Amino acid sequence: MASKQQPATAPDPADVSSESLTLVQAVRDGLATEMALDEDVLVMGEDVGKNGGVFRATEGLYDEFGEHRVIDTPLAESGIVGTAIGMAAYGLRPVAEMQFMGFIYPAFDQIVSHAARLRNRSRGRFTCPMVIRAPYGGGIRAPEHHSESTEAFFVHQPGLKVAVPSTPYDAKGLLTSAIRDPDPVLFLEPKLIYRAFRGDVPDESYEIPLGEATIRRTGADVTAYCWGAMAHRTVEAAENLAGEIDVEVVDLRSLSPLDRETIVESFEKTGRAVIVHEAPKTGGLAGEITAMLQEESLLYQEAPIGRVTGFDTPFPLYALEDYYLPEPTRIEEGIRETVEF
Amino acid sequence: MSTIQRDPDDRVQILDESGHVREDATVPELSDDRLIEMYRDMRLARHLDERAVSLQRQGRMGTYPPMSGQEGAQVGSAYALDDEDWLFPSYREHAAVTVHGMPLARTMLYWMGSEEGGRIPDDVNVFTVAVPIATQLPHATGMAWASKLKGEERAFLCYFGDGATSEGDFHEGLNFAGVFDVPAVFFCNNNQWAISVPRERQTASETLAQKATAYGFEGVQVDGMDPLAVYQVTRDAIEKAKAPGPGELRPTLIEAVQYRFGAHTTADDPSVYRDEDEVEHWKQKDPLPRMETFLRSTGRLDDETADAIEAEIEDRVAETIEEVESIHRPEPAEMFESVYRDMPDRLDEQLRYLQRLREDHGDDALLEG
Repeated sequence: MASKQQPATAPDPADVSSESLTLVQAVRDGLATEMALDEDVLVMGEDVGKNGGVFRATEGLYDEFGEHRVIDTPLAESGIVGTAIGMAAYGLRPVAEMQFMGFIYPAFDQIVSHAARLRNRSRGRFTCPMVIRAPYGGGIRAPEHHSESTEAFFVHQPGLKVAVPSTPYDAKGLLTSAIRDPDPVLFLEPKLIYRAFRGDVPDESYEIPLGEATIRRTGADVTAYCWGAMAHRTVEAAENLAGEIDVEVVDLRSLSPLDRETIVESFEKTGRAVIVHEAPKTGGLAGEITAMLQEESLLYQEAPIGRVTGFDTPFPLYALEDYYLPEPTRIEEGIRETVEF
Repeated sequence: MSTIQRDPDDRVQILDESGHVREDATVPELSDDRLIEMYRDMRLARHLDERAVSLQRQGRMGTYPPMSGQEGAQVGSAYALDDEDWLFPSYREHAAVTVHGMPLARTMLYWMGSEEGGRIPDDVNVFTVAVPIATQLPHATGMAWASKLKGEERAFLCYFGDGATSEGDFHEGLNFAGVFDVPAVFFCNNNQWAISVPRERQTASETLAQKATAYGFEGVQVDGMDPLAVYQVTRDAIEKAKAPGPGELRPTLIEAVQYRFGAHTTADDPSVYRDEDEVEHWKQKDPLPRMETFLRSTGRLDDETADAIEAEIEDRVAETIEEVESIHRPEPAEMFESVYRDMPDRLDEQLRYLQRLREDHGDDALLEG
């Protein structure tokens, strides 16, 4: 996949000492690298310590950094985020894990009413430089409440940033930026592709800035916007269409703030857009991106903007989840429909 | 004295670890047939569990939460319910819901990822599975409250684990139950581990039962691997919920001390966080041999009956698996059903879009993901 030129802080893995890692290993590496550099960084959550996380995202950190920096908490999401807010306001850099995005809701009040508003309410006296990590998304044959994508709830909240990596390289770089960010960041990890493939990840610390999308594939006819696990399915769809339709694929990486410049620039080049997400259609982020393109680039638009998304149903139990999630065939059809308008 | 009037740290036990009735204990007033049935249902639970884990390994079932070691707590407590009472499971009470009338096939379908697994027959007083932690406690309190407002005499038994006692919903559910004096019984399956986190890291309280004191009602600790003690304690709590004595509040918190022999779910590897010695220690308290020894040593069970029970439960589980696996593959339309009473236009439109995609491309193309 072609990639937009990285900023100076993000090294090319070919130029530095790197290791081939899966996405979840890159998350672990990002945590370990930053914890070694900054002793204020700590990890807390359910089963993150001795067990190394239910997805092994914190494997070995307990032995490496000890029980005061890799903390097994009681089973209480509101308690985890609420106490992390207190720690962050007092100078630490907590990285709180929500075991699954579907279990984040007891902490919703703490996230939207407090983490996101502490700076604003106190006029900058108190801040909340913390990260909330949560595996999200479907496709792994998990039980109820383990497969949802509800990023739109959080993107809607001012004061909070939301990032989603789709490659091991981005996972480490985005997580580093999230930990160093002066404001709270929800870091959503696409668990469908936790171990789907490997990528070269530099051993050293580096940042992928929040708010910068990347172009995964250049094309001239239509732009497909996507993130997380859907980025791969969208690239696959684009490759299947090659020769027939020339698709540009923009991986947003950061859902809040959105990279308005890259999003608009690509659309003004192609004049057509399809947005792909696994979240339900109604109220999903595709609507926000559509509105942005209309506001900025109406005169460039050559076709209705398409949406290929999950359905407006609760995420089904796993026997039907493959019908729920967009996959290359559905994405290709959505792209074709937009181009053939 | 009722078992639930003991101090919260005075653990109730009727059978000792070898399965003999303790000198200071009284066997609950249950017919021989009921006691045999209890034993049968515990055996059913153990066998179902083994089969379910095996099916998961073979890819015929999704992630499954096993209950091995916890059969005494589940079956003993569910036997204490009267038919009109309600049961609120968490996600591990496969045996308890079966005792209270939930068809085994539905439970299996749910864990096989089929929407139809969630359909509870209208005449079965069991609430839905609750996968998020502790969320069912306020629901049980609310339903018990509604029943009281309607002037009924029913009890509402709500299950949850030791980890759940750390959640805010635990506090809120119990607090409302005390304030509004509702006929709810809160049954904590303290199996010592919330995935990898031990009970002592959930709370600095000495027992979970003592938390009831803060809500103004009784809390009692029971040997959760002693089905007779579990039955007696739960029965006392159910009776108090329906007809409290002077000065008594209706709710009770029961802490059933037990152990899960297996993993949290089939996605978990307990060897990472707990010692095999500990597992072996708790296996000495296994509720199945204890119940069997009790029944045999009191002349209630012989080889012939035990063999017949074994054959019966094996047939029942095998037939259930055959039944659920022969049911047609879930239809995509099922995910659009029951979202609202009336399907909104946008959902109808999305369903028609999906059906058209299937016609145009075929299921194989859509499912390759």
